[in-house]
Amino acid sequence: MSTIVPAVAPPVVEEERPILKGRAPAPRWNRVAIGFLAPAAIFVGIFIVYPVIATIIRSFFNRTGETFVGVDNYFKVFTDSRTLHAIQNNIIWLLVFPVAVTGFGVMFAVLLERVPYRLVVRTILFTPMAVSLLASGVIWRIMYQQSPETGAMNAVIASVANAITHPGHYQGARPSQPDLMQPAGDGYQMSQTVAPGDVVHMGFIGFPVSEIPANAQDAKDPSSQSGRIVGVVWRDFIPGGGGQVGQVEPGKKGLPDMTVQLVDSKGSVAAQTQSDTAGDFSFASTSTGPYHVVLPAQNFHPPFGGVQWLGSSLVTPAIILAAIWVWVGFATVTIGAGLATISRDLLEAARVDGATELQVFRRVTVPLLSPLLIVVFITLVINVLKIFDLVYTIAPGSVIPDANVIALQLYLVAFTGLGDFGIGSAIAVFLFLLVIPVMAANIRRFQGEG
Amino acid sequence: MATGALQIAGARRPGWRKALDSVPLHVFFIVAGVLWALPAIGLLLTSLRPVDLFTVSGWWTALSHPGQLSIDNYRHLFDSSLIASSFVNSILIAVPATVIPVLCATLAAYAFTWLRFPGRTALLLVLIALMVVPLQMALIPVAGIYGLVSPPGIVRVFLFHAAFALPYATFLFRNFFIGIPHELLESARMDGANDARIFRRIILPLAYPAIASFAVFQFLWVWNDLLVGLVFAGGTPPVTVAILQQMRNFGSSVDVISAASFLSLIPPLILFFAFQRYFVQGLLAGSVKG
Repeated sequence: MSTIVPAVAPPVVEEERPILKGRAPAPRWNRVAIGFLAPAAIFVGIFIVYPVIATIIRSFFNRTGETFVGVDNYFKVFTDSRTLHAIQNNIIWLLVFPVAVTGFGVMFAVLLERVPYRLVVRTILFTPMAVSLLASGVIWRIMYQQSPETGAMNAVIASVANAITHPGHYQGARPSQPDLMQPAGDGYQMSQTVAPGDVVHMGFIGFPVSEIPANAQDAKDPSSQSGRIVGVVWRDFIPGGGGQVGQVEPGKKGLPDMTVQLVDSKGSVAAQTQSDTAGDFSFASTSTGPYHVVLPAQNFHPPFGGVQWLGSSLVTPAIILAAIWVWVGFATVTIGAGLATISRDLLEAARVDGATELQVFRRVTVPLLSPLLIVVFITLVINVLKIFDLVYTIAPGSVIPDANVIALQLYLVAFTGLGDFGIGSAIAVFLFLLVIPVMAANIRRFQGEG
Repeated sequence: MATGALQIAGARRPGWRKALDSVPLHVFFIVAGVLWALPAIGLLLTSLRPVDLFTVSGWWTALSHPGQLSIDNYRHLFDSSLIASSFVNSILIAVPATVIPVLCATLAAYAFTWLRFPGRTALLLVLIALMVVPLQMALIPVAGIYGLVSPPGIVRVFLFHAAFALPYATFLFRNFFIGIPHELLESARMDGANDARIFRRIILPLAYPAIASFAVFQFLWVWNDLLVGLVFAGGTPPVTVAILQQMRNFGSSVDVISAASFLSLIPPLILFFAFQRYFVQGLLAGSVKG
């Protein structure tokens, strides 16, 4: 018979000591447990539990909270055009954003496996996640400025667009002698036809001197050459006044880079050239003419004016693009972590069996990655449903209705203007119902992973 | 799941020599890297240029005309008292919003791990359920409570953040505590320690990695927050809200906006580079957070 006598008497404490192993008494509330739990419980009770119930209840009352209105707020929410537009935008986000980010993430993660500076690239991609969405919003607001002079996005597009279409310099220019030149479309055409040996004079006014390229020289009146059609395009204006209309005189600049065409009697372009720095041009015509001299419209078209990223039609795609920039790093790093766990031998075995890289990717890598891909995807979906900061920061005030999303509409309805807490609560409940199943699925997956 | 880290240990990696075979890949990554960093560089350069240049030329012109650059915007930032104080506000908000949940959640997690009380399992499930509540659900009623009690704006913000961090933090710490061997507590109990002592002397020091991980993430989350600050901070806004207020006059205030934005990046970036390891874990878990 043995009795187990503790070497030391159990410590004397105010309440029962709970025994961690073996037969335990039924748990009872004691001061220790209450003491340990109370701070968190009070906070959570006041700030989470009570508000959830209160918001649900509040959604059935009117703006001031005095009158019970039943489901009227919900009815208003779903018939209000602003809210519907916001919901529509969230749907657009949902269709584009998670797929795009996950796709880029997979692509970057897989490609990065092959380079040794993986860490550097991952860090660069991931850094936007560390900073506030407000700062990211400011960054992209700067990038999206409309003028190609100041907005980086448009500057890039402009250099491509202008390289393709060769816009003209002389927007707004018009003939100094209108009876000699008629409008032809958006360009101009000499009223009289020409033949080899002729000299063409085309004077222009009505445009700012800043449009003349820096390399322009004083216009030179060319002399006639047999067998060629020559001419000059010049600014028929002397700064400060003076001179005669229609005369090529000192002080009047030639207009370089003006595209000049010879159009034959059938209407097709027989030849085309550009004026030089003195505004002179010449054609060696292949037949005797007669020709019309045409200055095509492109000379007078303005250069690329800039895509209006922050205008009503493009603002949502613009913000989505900014959001993709922010979140691709997250997807890349997370998927990269997952890729590292895929056994190299498995991939090697597949390659040895004759699979191409693409097949290895599709048949081995993607299926093994798919649980992680789903977690990433769901995380992105949750972020889309609650997206707020980026939209409020990037969209200028006038475009907010076009860029609106549910979380922003909630803020606007409840906390700006008159402040309708009834409708605001209804929107909050709606958001809650959207988010809950998604988050619950995420947690379950998360816990399954371990 | 692999410990989310930007640096993954494990399988063999291609060496430099073999990697040089795939030049297009390197070009691709150079381009991608530049493209990704470019917007942030744009912010930095914008903040170093005078405001009247903003509507005239792009920030990239500073690369060929470095004479444009100056730190004037940063100097003037601290003339404007609202922006300067907003940085202080952000700290005054973020620190309590991190410390309070650490204290409350470690205590609660201790209880969930080692104290027995009725409904412990049920309450744990409630906790997990509460993790998914979006903070939009609480804004309106809490605004009502604050209207009655009228605490200062800064207090309103950090109390809200602290509360919403609690379910996740408690869950996190509890998971960590479960891994601590019983024997440590047993021997401490036998030495006569009560729960309070065990908590202070043994558990808290052991919990340092979990606490650090949570604290980094929470500090960042709060520092970067916009919505809660917008709703509750009133006249003492944090940096994010103060910058947002300037956005009304974007073109004319871009000097203040860009300089303040860039400065606001610095604490998160420091934390990020110092604690990279915790980041991905935090983010995946953060998707759970309200």
